[in-house]
Amino acid sequence: MMTSRRNPRLLWRKSLSAVMLSLTGVCAVVAVSVLFLILGYLVLHGGRSVNWDFFTKLPAPVGELGGGMANAILGSAKLLALASLIGVPIGLLGGVYLAEFGGRGAGFIVRYAADLLNGTPSIVIGIFAYALLVLPFKHFSTFSGAFALGIMMVPITLRSTEEFLRAVPLNLREGALALGASKSRAILTVVLPAAYRGILTAVLLALARVAGETAPLLFTAFSNRFWSPGWNQPTASLPVMIYTYAVSPYDDWHRQAWAAGLLLLGLVLVINVVARLVLLRGAAGRRS
Amino acid sequence: MSAATRLLFSVPAGPLSGATGRAMSSEQPMRMNISKLNFFYGEKQVLFDISLGVTSARLTALIGPSGCGKSTLLRTLNRMHETIRNARLDGEITLDGESIFVQDVTQFRRRIGMVFQKPNPFPKSIFDNVAYGPRINGTSRPLSELVEASLRRAALWDEVKDQLHKSAYELSGGQQQRLCIARALAVEPEVLLLDEPCSALDPISTAKIEELLVQLKSSCTIVIVTHNMQQAARVSDFTAFLLNGSLIEFSPTPQLFTTPVDSRTEAYITGRFG
Repeated sequence: MMTSRRNPRLLWRKSLSAVMLSLTGVCAVVAVSVLFLILGYLVLHGGRSVNWDFFTKLPAPVGELGGGMANAILGSAKLLALASLIGVPIGLLGGVYLAEFGGRGAGFIVRYAADLLNGTPSIVIGIFAYALLVLPFKHFSTFSGAFALGIMMVPITLRSTEEFLRAVPLNLREGALALGASKSRAILTVVLPAAYRGILTAVLLALARVAGETAPLLFTAFSNRFWSPGWNQPTASLPVMIYTYAVSPYDDWHRQAWAAGLLLLGLVLVINVVARLVLLRGAAGRRS
Repeated sequence: MSAATRLLFSVPAGPLSGATGRAMSSEQPMRMNISKLNFFYGEKQVLFDISLGVTSARLTALIGPSGCGKSTLLRTLNRMHETIRNARLDGEITLDGESIFVQDVTQFRRRIGMVFQKPNPFPKSIFDNVAYGPRINGTSRPLSELVEASLRRAALWDEVKDQLHKSAYELSGGQQQRLCIARALAVEPEVLLLDEPCSALDPISTAKIEELLVQLKSSCTIVIVTHNMQQAARVSDFTAFLLNGSLIEFSPTPQLFTTPVDSRTEAYITGRFG
């Protein structure tokens, strides 16, 4: 015992272990603290501007203090709702195809294309929507923005739907088939219900991912100082509002940009927590 | 081989019936008939020239060591093998004299119930599990009545009657397996197939299911795959012994277990391999 404690090699190994352990610990703390730093910064600078007016009033005219972002909040909600309507059905049905019907060739192509689309820079998707839905109509629109966000939701929903459907045990499908269900009936009545919590989680996470996207909206939904008059008219949204206000020269706008950032982060946080709860409850139900 | 099994099969089983107290008349009509069945996964042949008959209102057991093809044979009986890519079959299987391969597969599967090795209740309530088949196939009887009758037939009613709307996952493994039997019975199948239904269960649950099978066979033709020879001896009327994809011996159960004709059958049932 005494000899080993004096052994210089052992001493070296132990001190190296201690150094590496503290290094990994420090890095872990840094990784987490970035999030809390951002959160703290947002609260510090934008906390005061999150008030009733912020949620209910239109932006104040340039030069005036006060005003709010009600139109951007509603705009973001409209964009996300329509994006889900476009992206979720395509992703869901595509995922069903991949998990249940896709052969080796076609399945590979669809899966690979989805992964590429997932890695496509969001500004490229914005340009695509711009060329397809803005240029021909010669004006920006809520619809084109939602289309761009919807496209971004497709690969996330599609791949996770596939994963969650594949996780449904084969014997559930066989059980349904043995009772005289057709394949489509079995998918609809047994496989999808067994996977719906996972799929719902994936949709929520996709929503959280696109909620903060700015680039695809810059030249599709554009922005608007007023209430958007319709789906084919430009609309304000939180991310674009943050961008516009942050690069402006006014202190009051800066504060409001921080507040909008705080709201957006809060929204993403809530969606993430809800998604996790949905998944947890599903897991608990299956265990018992 | 097939001629030999037919010969064996037609031997009157008179003296054997006394041993277990079961009527072993071979005058019972055939429900299903398998003739010259060969089965392939890709290039690999797993069943060789199998011919056997499934007697109506009797329990037929398929036994043999792991990998002998007994589960594959069972799955051909409700055409479940068709879900597997590369699976190929030749030969003929009939149900009540009619080839099963010319019928619409979903229509046909309604007539053949199946219970799997691992209990596989759907992630639904107990009631909805049993009602699943009648709901998709349509039924003239009121659902609640049918569900109750099926659960009673599966000897589960008394245990679950107050919790029909609870999730099926809250039941024990043995209860889940009886629920799966009730679910299969709710479609009122003519033949019930069971693929090692007790292999994942404890001895008490196993005993319950064996008891249930003995009761059920008066109203339903049953084919069971098991690698538990005692189980086959306890519950079945006829036993088929498979080895490496071939049917070695097929006879009334008491005869197969007391006076096997083939030396390989004897070696297996006396525990020399498998």
